[in-house]
Order: sequence, then structure tokens, then C-alpha cells
Amino acid sequence: MARADADASRSGRHLHGAALKRQHTREQWSVLSLVVPALIVIVLIILIPLSWLFYLSFLGDNGGFSLENYHKMTQYKSYYRIFVTTFQVSILTTLACIALGYPLAFFLAQLPPRWAGVFMLAVLLPFWTSLLVRTYAWLVLLQKRGILNEFAMQVGLWETPIKLVHNMTGTLIGMAHIMLPFLILPLYNAMRKIDKDMMHAAANLGANPINAFWRVYFPLSLPGMVAGSLIVFVLCLGFYVTPAVLGGGRVIMVSNQITAILENQFDWGAASALGVVLLVATTFTLYLAARVFKFDAALFGRD
Amino acid sequence: MEIRTKLAAVVAATFALGTAATAEPITVVSWGGSYGQAQDNALFNDASRNSGIEIIRESGASMSKACLQVESGAVTWDLVVTGSGGAAAAAAKGCLEKIDYSVVDVSDFYPNTYTDYCVGSDVFATVMAWNTDKYGAPGSDGAPNSWADFFDVEKFPGTRAYRANNVDGALEPALMADGVAPEDVYNVLATREGKERAINKIRELKPHIAVFWESGAMQAQLMKDGEVDMTTGWNGRFDNAKKDGATVGYTFNQALLDYDCFAMPKGAPNKDTAMAFLAEVSKAEYQANLPFHITYGPTNKKAYEVTTAPAELIRALPSHPDNVPFMVPVSLDWYAEHRAEALELYIEMLSE
Repeated sequence: MARADADASRSGRHLHGAALKRQHTREQWSVLSLVVPALIVIVLIILIPLSWLFYLSFLGDNGGFSLENYHKMTQYKSYYRIFVTTFQVSILTTLACIALGYPLAFFLAQLPPRWAGVFMLAVLLPFWTSLLVRTYAWLVLLQKRGILNEFAMQVGLWETPIKLVHNMTGTLIGMAHIMLPFLILPLYNAMRKIDKDMMHAAANLGANPINAFWRVYFPLSLPGMVAGSLIVFVLCLGFYVTPAVLGGGRVIMVSNQITAILENQFDWGAASALGVVLLVATTFTLYLAARVFKFDAALFGRD
Repeated sequence: MEIRTKLAAVVAATFALGTAATAEPITVVSWGGSYGQAQDNALFNDASRNSGIEIIRESGASMSKACLQVESGAVTWDLVVTGSGGAAAAAAKGCLEKIDYSVVDVSDFYPNTYTDYCVGSDVFATVMAWNTDKYGAPGSDGAPNSWADFFDVEKFPGTRAYRANNVDGALEPALMADGVAPEDVYNVLATREGKERAINKIRELKPHIAVFWESGAMQAQLMKDGEVDMTTGWNGRFDNAKKDGATVGYTFNQALLDYDCFAMPKGAPNKDTAMAFLAEVSKAEYQANLPFHITYGPTNKKAYEVTTAPAELIRALPSHPDNVPFMVPVSLDWYAEHRAEALELYIEMLSE
């Protein structure tokens, strides 16, 4: 006992160092163990089904490994076009959401919190309404003898009904409306966190309001905007209901094609292959975008 | 031998009825819109009351969902409504239970309205329908009367609707419009050139197709809202739209004669009870009520004898002997063999 004490005092620094290190490791492991439930959930509900999806997509008619599901996609041009449409709709919807959402979020962020809460309700209320209801509401508004066309014709804005729905236009209107809250919420959050003194400081240093906005405020709001845009973009890629109802059969996205294959041919393999290609294409696009636009820096606040 | 079979049938039927009284309720799945309602009012409610078999009614019938239930071993549906083609495809995938014809009596059914795996529930027609304000009442001078008229936008200027996401009943009209005789349609469609000929005809019309419809409810809605001037669709949906005030008419000329049926997913939880219910619901007395709710014809011939529906209503049914000669019966064999390829070609045209 006494000898141990003597040893400890002799090489005290080293021993403490080792103990500290051990404690640090232990702490890291215990923190990590807190993540275990989440990891289990991810494995159960994401990794396993996803692996199953991959597995199905490589299964041929005879039950063995086969690329026939992928080969089929190269045989018909429709698959290529459907992927192009999917990305086109997603990109355009994201841009529309930014164009509409940024000024709105900016406006909300300038209001006193009480009033911002009231206006935020206007953003959130439709968010809580069923997706299907909102989509059909747009159909009622936009169709040939819909409210908008009838009104405009009565007022004399145009003479024959304008085709606003059952095409790309209608799809984008509906999608942008449904996706808007997903952009506004993170963006508003980021804007609220921007210190107002920054703008004062910029003014103090001689920047006019426009200059101060673009050089100080906008870059600081960027992480929120990027996060919101990413959510919108990724959600759009897999969207089904709105393009099906408002696209009038002309806007065929990957999810619509998956449904067509399942409903008509019960072909899980072909449908899974489409899902896999969409997943890979999405991952690749996000990776590219992250490299080009430095998303990672914007997202995590690093340079 | 014969007596023994009959005896067995009687025993089986009694057994089925005996179990019915105490059995679990069965799940019967149909489609939404006016179709499911018509079945509730004409078939399901009365058959359930008279047989004592309780039913749980669900909507959203789909053979792919039924197949998914079968493949994942979690079957909750007992009877599912499906088109004849869907039933054939699902049966080929091994998703359906064989119908027990010692329980279900089809001796009075029209031929070709039941198979080993499904029992016909009604006969319908895929017709062309139009806005009667714009093109006149059916049969009147100058009203459209053939698929050639449907595809002729110079003679009948206006917008059209056509089928989306599904090739069933989509190619035959185009070929007839292109001059192929109704009886030759499926022969021509058996070749790749024939399919492409039909697709090209639709491609020509595509700029005038304002909407591609996805469901029967949508066909009716498009005509009610005046969104398009002419569409393809299922005759009963248009009669119901007309009842709701839509100015819509259609013709049976060159229409595609087809039937809907009941199928049972393999491993249905209450197989015997469901089979007994299927036997009950297939009786002429229930099918005889169907015309009051939707203008789909009975598959059970006897329904024509026992029905109390007025003559003009009967005359309007697709399976009425006066109407059948004008129509083209859908070929299930063609769909079994060519559906997959035809669908790819059709979607390719749609995606352009």
C-alpha cells in the first residue's frame, strides 16, 4: 500500500495521464452507448429494408443474380426521361421555394417574436392540412372551369381559359406550396439567430443597407437556406401524390413509374431497381452539389 | 357419382353456412367512387344480411397490394374486386386462391365471365364519352360514333382525355381508329409493328389530349367539370356523372367489352366464410339490383329474368344482347402475353 503510494508520487504525472486517458476513453464509450438505440433503429428501419431493396433489384426472373431489371431501363427511353423530369421538377420546385420563402422568412425574422408567431401560423396551418386536400384544392382553383380561370375571364384578364393544371405548371404550383414550410422553418430559425448588431456594425462601417444585406446578412442566413433547400429537394425527388393529381399524366416522376410497374406487373424487382437508381443518383447529385456549392461548409459553419 | 358430388356440395354448403353464423367477419375490398357504393347498395349489404356473414368493407382494391400481402405472408383481405386482366396477372404470379365451384354456383353465368381464380361480378364497357353540349346527343346527327371520330380533331375539334400509367384498353381504340377491323385488332396487336402502329396513332392525338386519367372517378370528374370534351372510360361512370348533372353521353359502338370480378388472395384469413359469401353475392337476385346503382350488366344471366329494373335501364347495360354485337370482347390471352411490352411502349409515348 505504502509502496504503491510511493510509486504514484514518483511517476505521478505519467500515472495520472494514463488514468485521465482511460477515463476519457470510458467517457467516450458511454456517450457512444447513448447513440446505440438510435443506431439500432437506423439499422432496423433503414439499412435492412434498403439492403433488401438492393437485393430485390438484382434478382432475376429465375431467382438468381441478374442485371435484367437495370438492363430494361436502358432499353426504353422513357426511363431516362422520367429521371430527367424528376430532377427537373425537384430543382424548379426548390428554386420556387427559395424565391417565395426567402423574402417571407426575412419578413418574419424582422417582426417582434409575438407577431412572427402569428404570421408563422399562416405558414404552418396549411402544413397541418392533409396533403391530398391541398392538392385537390389546387385542382379546383386551377382547372379549366376553375375559380381562377372563371374569375380572370369575368374580370377580362383573358378570354379563353388558360391551361394552368394537368401539366408542369400546375405540378410546380402545387409542389412549391406544399414544400414551402420545409424551407421557411430552418431558414427562419437561422435568420433569428443572426445578431442584429452585425447589421448595425456594417452600417457603422459605411455599408449601405443593400450592401450590408448581401455582404453580412445573406451569408449568415445561407446555412439555413441550404439546409431548407436540401430538405425540399430530397423530398421532391420521391414525391408522388401532387404530380399524379396536378400533372395530368404528363409529368411522370420516378415514384409514378414505380406505381405503374407495381400496379400492372407486380414486378418488385423492376420497381426496386428504379428506387436504387434514384437513390444513387440523389446521393451523387448531393455530393456534387456539396463540392460545387461548398454545402458542407455552409451546413457546419466551417470554412 | 353425380349424386355423391351433389351431396358433397350440399354438405360443403351447409358446413360453410354453419361456420358463417359464428365466423369472424370477412374483409371485402372494392374501389372508391360510385362503383364501390353501387356494390354496397346492390350486393354487399343485402348479401351480408341474408347470409348472416358480417363483412368489413375497405376501399383501395388492388391486385398488387393483394400480391404483396400474399408474398409477405400477412394476408388481411378475403375478397378483392379486380379487373379481369388484373386477376389473370395475379393468378399467373400465384397470388390467388382457386375458386371452389362446388360452393359458388356459376351454372347461370355467361361464358367467359369466370375463371379458375375469379368470379365475374359485372360486365362493363370501355367506351368513348363526350360532352353532349358540344358534339350532340348520342345517335343524333353529327354526333361522334366511332373511334375514328374520337381521333379526328378536325371533324370534332376540342380536347381529349386518355388513359394514364396503364395500357389496358388503350391500344385497341387507336387501331380501330386507324382502320383495323374490330375482329382483327388483337391479331394486329400481337406484333411489335401493330403495337407501334397503335402508339403512333395516340402520339398523333397527344397534343389534343389535355389530361391522362388514372381512375374511374377521375373520368367522371373530368366530364362533370368540363375539363375535356371527349374521353375514354367505363360506361357506368358516365351514366352516374349524367345523373349528377353532367352533360355527357357515350356509345357502345366499337366499345371494349370486359368484366370485373371477385378474387381471393392466397391464404385469405377466412377462406371458407369468404367463399360462402362469394356464393351468396353471385346469386342473380343481388346482381339484378346492380343496374339501379350503376349501369354495369350482370354476369349471371338469370339476373335479367328476375330484375325489376325498367326496360330502358336494362337496355342500357353493356351485356344486354342488343348491345353486345357492336362491341369487341377484350382478349385476356393477349393481355397475358403482351401486356408488359405494350405498357413499356405506352409509357414511353407518355413520357415524351
